[in-house]
Amino acid sequence: MKRVGENHNIPAVAIREAAFPSPFISGLEYSAPARGGWTIVHVGMLVPEAHEIFVCAAGCLRGVVLSAAEMNLTDRFSTVSIEEHNVLEGDMEELLIEGVTDILNRLPKIPKAVLVFSSCIHHFMGCDLELCYKTLGERFTDVDFVDCYMIPTMRKSGLTPDQIMRRQMYALLKPRGKSEKHCAIIGNCFSMDESSDIVRLIEGAGWTLHQITECRTYEEYQTMSQCSLCITTQSVAKVGGEALAERLGMKHLYLPSGFDADEIRTNLSVLAENLGTAYNTNAVPEKEAEEAMADAKKVIGNTPIAIDYTVTPRPLGLARLLISNGFNVTDLFVDSFSGEEKDDYLWLQENAGDLKVLPTVDASMRRYPRERQEKVLALGQKAAYFTESPYFVNLVEGGGLYGFDGICRLAKMMKEAFAEPKDTERLIQMKGLGCESCI
Amino acid sequence: MRQARTVISTYSADTFGVCSALYELGGMVVMHDASGCNSTYTTHDEPRWYNSDSLVFISGLTEMDAIMGNDDKLKDDVISAVEELKPKFVAIAGTPIPMMNGCDLEAVAMEIEAEAGLPCFGFQTNGMQSYLVGASEALCEFARRLTDKDAKKRQRAVNVLGATPLDFSINGSVESIKKLLKDSGWEIIGTWAMGSSLDDLARAGEAAVNLVISSVGLKTAIYLNQTFGTPYVVGTPNDKCFSEMVLRDLELAENDGKSRISFSNLEASAETRIYIVGEGVTSRSLAAAIGIKSGIVPKVVHTLEGLPELSGVLSKMDNQAMEEEEIQKAASDAQIVIADPLYRPILPGNCRFIALPHEAFSGRMFRKDIPDFTKIDVEKMLGQYEI
Repeated sequence: MKRVGENHNIPAVAIREAAFPSPFISGLEYSAPARGGWTIVHVGMLVPEAHEIFVCAAGCLRGVVLSAAEMNLTDRFSTVSIEEHNVLEGDMEELLIEGVTDILNRLPKIPKAVLVFSSCIHHFMGCDLELCYKTLGERFTDVDFVDCYMIPTMRKSGLTPDQIMRRQMYALLKPRGKSEKHCAIIGNCFSMDESSDIVRLIEGAGWTLHQITECRTYEEYQTMSQCSLCITTQSVAKVGGEALAERLGMKHLYLPSGFDADEIRTNLSVLAENLGTAYNTNAVPEKEAEEAMADAKKVIGNTPIAIDYTVTPRPLGLARLLISNGFNVTDLFVDSFSGEEKDDYLWLQENAGDLKVLPTVDASMRRYPRERQEKVLALGQKAAYFTESPYFVNLVEGGGLYGFDGICRLAKMMKEAFAEPKDTERLIQMKGLGCESCI
Repeated sequence: MRQARTVISTYSADTFGVCSALYELGGMVVMHDASGCNSTYTTHDEPRWYNSDSLVFISGLTEMDAIMGNDDKLKDDVISAVEELKPKFVAIAGTPIPMMNGCDLEAVAMEIEAEAGLPCFGFQTNGMQSYLVGASEALCEFARRLTDKDAKKRQRAVNVLGATPLDFSINGSVESIKKLLKDSGWEIIGTWAMGSSLDDLARAGEAAVNLVISSVGLKTAIYLNQTFGTPYVVGTPNDKCFSEMVLRDLELAENDGKSRISFSNLEASAETRIYIVGEGVTSRSLAAAIGIKSGIVPKVVHTLEGLPELSGVLSKMDNQAMEEEEIQKAASDAQIVIADPLYRPILPGNCRFIALPHEAFSGRMFRKDIPDFTKIDVEKMLGQYEI
């Protein structure tokens, strides 16, 4: 790692010199005020009619209870606070069981499903969570309970809390008979665009597509079990897809949403084969994607572009796509690289070695000189914040973009963002982009 | 059951109280935690975050470091950041896992202080208490460590104690209180801790009297009283009628050296069915103003810890209740309630509700509706209701 930048100790590194997968040394961490990413509260609320109960210390509860409140969903959210005496007395099982019981008894209506979130303390103390969930299941036989986890201390030990959450949100699905030609895309916070290559291929083959984001009732959610095929498009959801497929006898396909034409073609071919149809290259807008990129380039020209990791799970792939199409990508705000992006990383080292890689959580970023003399097009909220740009694509997790259609739509969003300034300070501070918010 | 909340929010935690209290003093505050605390505090509890560059970080504690007791990583990371960012002091605030592991943050702070050569504070917060505990302790510890013990008293000089955005947001309330004091001929030495520097705070002993505007300031007031002999007055200026009472008490306190609680003679009667739910000092001050204007003093439900220093703040008809069911029970016969909007679901359905948002409870949700305390007109506030 080397430090560059005039008069500022900012740990930026040119990608040709950036170590893979960790270009920066870990230390104290800063939290930039870009909040559009979904938290476990937002993700959990995708299970229709479910109630969330968090069992944690007050400090941990503070963020989640206000996430729910800002979504105007306090009626689907409750808490049990862990106090010091619980730690000293070791009555964690009793607190969880009796706390959840008390809440369910006091709610105006017993919910169909309850997501009970344990926290780091439970795991450090060896709390018998199995006993807790078993007891609750016996007490409330009409309620489906699922174990969920707010365990940031364990974020570097095995599965991340986000991976676990995207697995557990489907753990309530009960086995049922398979229906012909039903499949599900799982683990995403956003519905796939109707026009996306993947949706058009599925529907064109006569299959019915299920997505949790489209479910309005718990029963509708349960119909996802009839699928014979489940598809994940993000690495964070892959574990959940594998678990669901194994548990309910589905076939799982991991077809990551990326920007490389070969990968898109391969993914669509694999999907077509599993849908029992042929991959028709004329049916996907590959040529249109090329044209859309060229068209956007004409508008945006040589304007510097900054990309951050929140806009898509494949920020390096996105940088590669744009650089390949002549765009002037200058800044990449990422704290680490995904193993899936090794090829893109190597390509960028070879073809855009000067591309600046910057962290977002490094303590020195608190005093990063954000103001720029020239217009910057930012892709993602953190990029917008760090470049203080009102010209930004307000997108997280890649939204519902997929395939060549996704590239077309992204190009359109870039043109729009370039033309119309946004209220960055207001927009990026809203939690859970796309969710209802009272802010 | 205690500790179970079906629908209401939870107060900002002690860890965040430390951060909030020390935010403007040019130091670096580190929450010793995994992640999450940092975004929670800076999203919901810190309205100054976006447009300032105060240093508040998280240590990024991992499971392995917690199990192995690897405090050296914390120490090394803090020292590295100190070298780069040059803060005036360091404060480290604990969270649940360090508390559970018995991490001695005061010892870590001493080691950092010795190595880095700047004041370093370790706060044994645990994320299980409210902001009141953390902010109180942070300010008091600064008074213990950093005030000039040889300060000479100045006439008509005052400190304002207990100012954080968690109780007053950033809507001009604190500035208005200061203006009120200045317009009445008081020189403000320091405001603990909004709008004042570390140097201002160090001069605290120069004040002839201290004004405590929230429960957060009480512990520091008591310390300054014991150390410098400075009397204090407890009361949050709000409606003109009560503000005048506070100003009068400041003068009396300066003259006779006795501390006072400005609302102590205004107590609710048993029959009163008007309630104010929230932090004790600001609520009792508002109750006093209502009492002066209407003749009926509302009952207060203080929804934070009943710390020893709060003795005398609550009257015999008031309550201290932190749990959902206790609060619900305390105000079960209410006709009118003044409280943060997030309390509404647990209050009697037929009571008349007057929203008084409190940042420490509902965060940023109703920030634009939080009033400048000194501009509260209780007649207007209650005008539509018969009391």
